Amino acid sequence: MKLVQTLRSLHGNKVGAAIEELHRSENDLAGALLNLSDQQKVDHEIFHVARDIARWSQLHVRRLSEVGRDYGLELDPEPQDEAGLFARVKQKGAGLGGRFHEPTLLLLADLRHIHRMAAGVSLDWEVLAQTAQAMKDTELLSVTQECHPQTLRQMRWTNSKVKETAAQIMVTG
Amino acid sequence: MAVDRIAEPWGSRTPYDAGETWPVRVDSYLADGLDPADVDHWAQAASILHSNGDAMDIAVKDGRMVGVRGRAEDRVNHGRLGPKDLYGWQANGSEDRLTRPLVRRNGRLVETDWDTAMDAVAGRTRDLLEERGPSSIGFYTTGQLFLEEYYTLGLVAHGGIGTNHVDGNTRLCTATAAAALKESFACDGQPGSYTDIDHADVICLYGHNMAETQTVLWTRVLDRLAGAEPPAIVCVDPRRTPVAEHATVHLAPRPGTNVVLMNALLRELLDNGWVDHEYVDAHAVGFDELEKMLQDYTVHRAAEVCDVPPADVEEAARLIGTSQRLMSTVLQGFYQSHQATAAAVQVNNIHILRGMLGRPGCGLLQMNGQPTAQNTRECGADGDLPGFRNWSNDAHVEDLARVWNIDPAEIPHYSEPTPVMQMMRYVEDGSIRFLYVSGTNPAVSLPELRRIRSILSQERLFLVVQDIFLTETAQLADVVLPAATWGEKTGTFTNADRTVHLSEKAVDPPGEARPDLDIFIDYARRLGLRDKDGAPLVKWSTAEEAFEAWKECSRGRPCDYTGITYDRLRGGSGIQWPCTDQSPDGTERLYADGCFWSHPDYCESYGRDLVTGAPVEPTEYKALNPQGKAVLKAAEYLPPRELPSADHPFQLITGRTIYHFHTRTKTGRAPELQAAAPEVWVEASASDAEQLGWKQGDLLEVTTPRGAVTARLRITGVRRGVLFLPFHYGYWDTDAGHEPDGRGRAANELTLTDWDPASKQPVFKTAAANAMVVKPAGGIR
Repeated sequence: MKLVQTLRSLHGNKVGAAIEELHRSENDLAGALLNLSDQQKVDHEIFHVARDIARWSQLHVRRLSEVGRDYGLELDPEPQDEAGLFARVKQKGAGLGGRFHEPTLLLLADLRHIHRMAAGVSLDWEVLAQTAQAMKDTELLSVTQECHPQTLRQMRWTNSKVKETAAQIMVTG
Repeated sequence: MAVDRIAEPWGSRTPYDAGETWPVRVDSYLADGLDPADVDHWAQAASILHSNGDAMDIAVKDGRMVGVRGRAEDRVNHGRLGPKDLYGWQANGSEDRLTRPLVRRNGRLVETDWDTAMDAVAGRTRDLLEERGPSSIGFYTTGQLFLEEYYTLGLVAHGGIGTNHVDGNTRLCTATAAAALKESFACDGQPGSYTDIDHADVICLYGHNMAETQTVLWTRVLDRLAGAEPPAIVCVDPRRTPVAEHATVHLAPRPGTNVVLMNALLRELLDNGWVDHEYVDAHAVGFDELEKMLQDYTVHRAAEVCDVPPADVEEAARLIGTSQRLMSTVLQGFYQSHQATAAAVQVNNIHILRGMLGRPGCGLLQMNGQPTAQNTRECGADGDLPGFRNWSNDAHVEDLARVWNIDPAEIPHYSEPTPVMQMMRYVEDGSIRFLYVSGTNPAVSLPELRRIRSILSQERLFLVVQDIFLTETAQLADVVLPAATWGEKTGTFTNADRTVHLSEKAVDPPGEARPDLDIFIDYARRLGLRDKDGAPLVKWSTAEEAFEAWKECSRGRPCDYTGITYDRLRGGSGIQWPCTDQSPDGTERLYADGCFWSHPDYCESYGRDLVTGAPVEPTEYKALNPQGKAVLKAAEYLPPRELPSADHPFQLITGRTIYHFHTRTKTGRAPELQAAAPEVWVEASASDAEQLGWKQGDLLEVTTPRGAVTARLRITGVRRGVLFLPFHYGYWDTDAGHEPDGRGRAANELTLTDWDPASKQPVFKTAAANAMVVKPAGGIR
């Protein structure tokens, strides 16, 4: 325990910065997933699943805010939610009852964007997990072990949705 | 004196004891006071009005069907028939059968000849293939055709036209059965057998109202209950069904919470040491992940989330955990619910943890809803490749191409075949322009009907409907093709415990109606579909030839039919697959030796993420399960997507009645069945009715954000806060024809467009709804 505290005080700034960065990018990812859901109301599986897995990023934001306290951070435990999104200007795509094929091109672009965001988040969790191991910070390590697999599932989902829809979107119509 | 089988659907008891053979009881019904001596001949068949596979003979006199009789020698029903079997055949002779093809001219459907109709269908297909490619073509079939027809359709669509958009309405009833089996055993195929009822000491029914959906199977259970050493019954159902009335423990969870309940039951098994660790160590992977997941799922949490008494959960777990021969069946209460696959998989987990597979009494049946759903799945007519081949395994696709004598690239396998709800989305966005619907009625059976009607009515969509009546969907079609049905054509089909039956032609179809097989082959020939040597792609013209071709396709695969012939199916009992030279009498139970079909090179599926539905990558699966064991797959609970609110305080579930099948196209035309359940009704609990001042028989309007349905109130044992509507009732027998005229009657006016991401089965059990009295039962109150 003592060792952990020493290491935290020695390297705290760098680790704190990494936690802060991840807290921000998880928040962005939650927001992007909710935004995607909002825009794809006519594509029901995207609409529902994007919401379901935005919850994972929201949970990660809370866990990071908790573990951030050990590094002297005061991160907002309240993640990005829908209230914040309603203010945004929405892209079209959900409009006109979904009777047009071209907006689905936007879907591909969004999925691609979110996949890359999630990949970034995943790498950040990797960095944090390695750091936690080196610092023998079991608390931080268990947060990474709890959260990182869900980030990987978010990545696999976007990847699979691209795979599933790309041909229909690109070739037909 | 004959028993009134409408009033007593399960008939009289023939009690038997554990381990004995179920006694024979031959049920029959002949029309017009006819006597068996009056019958000219009997044609062998099996029922296509439910998934049980009751074997029967059709009585024929003067070229007409005049009745049915159960087949005493058959392993499935030992002579018994249910009410739908006894009376449903009369629909074949209805006056309003389709007898000539119809085409739309100036907005109206008019009669035409086969050449004109088929040229229109093939012509539009060819045009679209040239203009927009195969992905603009979709096929939506059923769970009521025959094996030979599905196999032919799968070949035409996947191998000939090259589209990925092929599904069956089995998506609505059994997709989760297949998905759950693929998760746990990496392959479809029911592990258990109906004979497990003869041996079981505990029978669990998860969301399965067997008494109404498989009446003859429930008769078998009732006969066990009436004998010595009766089994204990565990029932999970929010309604007080006939099954619940016979249950030792009845758990009535809040809709949308099945995963919490199942996880709590599993955790109890672990906590009390009711786990066969030797079996698990030798035959399964994933135990540690499951154990970790279950940490959060206490009985206390289940009691709170599911709103069930904790002592009942503990008692159910004790029965399951201490049973010697545990049988489980699962159906729509799980399959059509939120987190369908995740919940159904936990039932598999119970059997794996307890080592209860492949022995008498240890039956696991992820039941089917429709009579020939198993074949839709096996033959590749519903989003699977034929023979349980794995679409993400290139070697399997190459092998299928070898069987079909085409180039592997001709079979689209860059993604899994498209499930129907996604197909509807593609029709909606205009990327699918041709939809060929056979033997099903999406304008009544799919969720959110206003949306479905509007999608199917689009001018730019060319809709072909092949059916035996002018259904709600057929009324929207551009071409309607009149089909022959059961009793008018020959073919095979397979029930929920893998029993294959032959169903022979007894009478001629009416007018110019043709067997579905003949229509599909005609379509293929008009399209000029060829194999890679220039020979016709479809190399058969009769049902028996199609069956022989299918046998070759199934060779070496789990659903191996190579030991079955039409002749072997004649006269005796149905035969359970796999049936090969090594197992000529078929296979009663799968996985008897703890060996599974889950090896990475052999398995049908690598599984999916139960929350996102993302397929597991081949490399991941190989790392997880290199030796091909059973997979214990853990699942976290997610709250339902639509929760009750102040405006919509009830949870609406839709379901079935014993007297009707699907959208009533046949059962609504059988006088006894129609009279038994002529109109839609809504069920509510006594406490809700009392609180709101509702009386039995009040006309209620049930509403959701999608629509409204009016129905008479029945106060029943459904749980508080829940409304139940049967889904069978549409509009074909109303003045409006295919849509509501003012008052809605189809339950799917109300349901939401949402599905389980893993099985793609729509959610029919958790819509938030409101209800109010529009007309009291006794007039003004």
